[in-house]
Amino acid sequence: MKALVAVKRVIDFNVKARVKSDGSGVDLTGVKMSMNPFDEIAVEEAVRLKEAGAVAEVVAVGIGPAACQETLRTAMALGADRGVLIETAAELEPLHVAKLLKAVVAQEQPRLVLLGKQAIDGDAGQTGQMLAALLRWPQATFASKVVLSGGEAEVTREVDGGLETLALALPAVVTVDLRLNTPRYATLPNIMKAKKKPLQTIAAASLGVDLAPRTQVLKVTEPPPRAAGIKVPDVATLVAKLKNEAKVI
Amino acid sequence: MTVLVVAEHDHRTIEGATRAAVTAAMRLGGDVHLLVAGHGCGAVAARAASVAGVAQVLVADDPVHAHPLAESLADLIAGLARNYTHVLAGATAAGKNVMPRVAALLDVAQVSDITAVICPDVFVRPVYAGNALATVKALDAIKVITVRGAAFQAAGDGGSAKLHHIPVVPSRATTRLVRQDLTVSERPELTAASIVVSGGRGLGSSENFRLIDGLADKLGAAVGASRAAVDAGYAPNDCQVGQTGKIVAPELYVAVGISGAIQHLAGMKDSKLIVAINKDPEAPIFGVADYGLVADLFEAVPQLTASV
Repeated sequence: MKALVAVKRVIDFNVKARVKSDGSGVDLTGVKMSMNPFDEIAVEEAVRLKEAGAVAEVVAVGIGPAACQETLRTAMALGADRGVLIETAAELEPLHVAKLLKAVVAQEQPRLVLLGKQAIDGDAGQTGQMLAALLRWPQATFASKVVLSGGEAEVTREVDGGLETLALALPAVVTVDLRLNTPRYATLPNIMKAKKKPLQTIAAASLGVDLAPRTQVLKVTEPPPRAAGIKVPDVATLVAKLKNEAKVI
Repeated sequence: MTVLVVAEHDHRTIEGATRAAVTAAMRLGGDVHLLVAGHGCGAVAARAASVAGVAQVLVADDPVHAHPLAESLADLIAGLARNYTHVLAGATAAGKNVMPRVAALLDVAQVSDITAVICPDVFVRPVYAGNALATVKALDAIKVITVRGAAFQAAGDGGSAKLHHIPVVPSRATTRLVRQDLTVSERPELTAASIVVSGGRGLGSSENFRLIDGLADKLGAAVGASRAAVDAGYAPNDCQVGQTGKIVAPELYVAVGISGAIQHLAGMKDSKLIVAINKDPEAPIFGVADYGLVADLFEAVPQLTASV
């Protein structure tokens, strides 16, 4: 069976985003971009499933400008067999991404779609669930363990009170969480091999999806700064301040 | 304006995040209705009816809702949503799981994790790990929204809403619950506690993490942890505070042996008062701490526990 993994090119997780002074957005000029960390975990899981013989082919899909090809090459260096880029310069919302992915699902016919649980730029955490709804497929979000057997996926999810394990009939959509796996490093030989793997580019406009915005960002601002704090020399001083100054204990 | 808030509950009490969502709902104007889906949920529906500000409680009592599953819950909510201008839920694991599915079934956008309501179609939400705030206008006729619990006061009791039982929506869902492993604790719940004591990689072992437990118990606090501490097995996953874990804003947050990575700060930097204990004076956590103590936590924490 085929697994499809969606990967997004985002600000590198080590970079603290800075807001543009005109309030129009976050300044990404010259900023290091990387694959969304959760998407790396998703690719790793798909590749492990292939190595275990549960999946025959792993296809990575990205949506965005031509620069997203880098992210797809990274996915292929991690072990994905092919890349598909849906090329667009448009600002996309999760609903648009889900609809475009639905078109790729129709083309590729995977039995499992893996996505990161959220992208660390938008922090929306919607795309996987929206795709599952559009496909009328079952979903399992925040996965910390995935076991495929007999046409089912048994997925353990991290939830607010601990863990829950669900059994879903395939085909299904799974969004992955931090502790599902630790992604491998792309080795140099695999990076070189990835350059020769097939990468298909499709124009977003050709997929017949309405990309008209459903939300409008009016402005982007910095959060209010915290007042500077102080260092205290010892525990006794800390306790005194907590009791007498801050009065929290 | 009529607002539907999807209640999260354990068949006994209404979750704090739902009460915060009710407060956000009241800022929109118009009637607020609360949806309680469950099986044998009469008691919790009655609790829902006493949440202040709620005009009506819709009760969907059916075996299919004994355990909340996104597929059946989303079908139920989407079916009801056409009567409302807004559909809200707390931005909890449960809310985050089901609401985007609802939005897509309705073919509308979702606005996730709002921290403020500016007017009925304009909201503020954190992006880029909370390093930026986006003011967003929602253009669809039905607005699907998740609400950051830490950003709104929990609505109290004192209401007396009418209960309205709604017909069962047959479910096509095939997903089944295999098992749950839930943490049982006497301590306050992390997102509701007024004091949180949180431990990081600096604790070094789950044995040592008991120092955090000791201080938390002395303060009547909840226990939190950084991602590193959870990954290393010092604390369970439901203690994780951060961009992709729980987001808290207690009266007092004590960060012990936590360096203060961007992703951790995203989960706690709106706390009213922040105390940091770390032996590294350059640790980024000191950049947000109101009171910073550069010390060996293995000496400082026992001293602190004894003195409070």
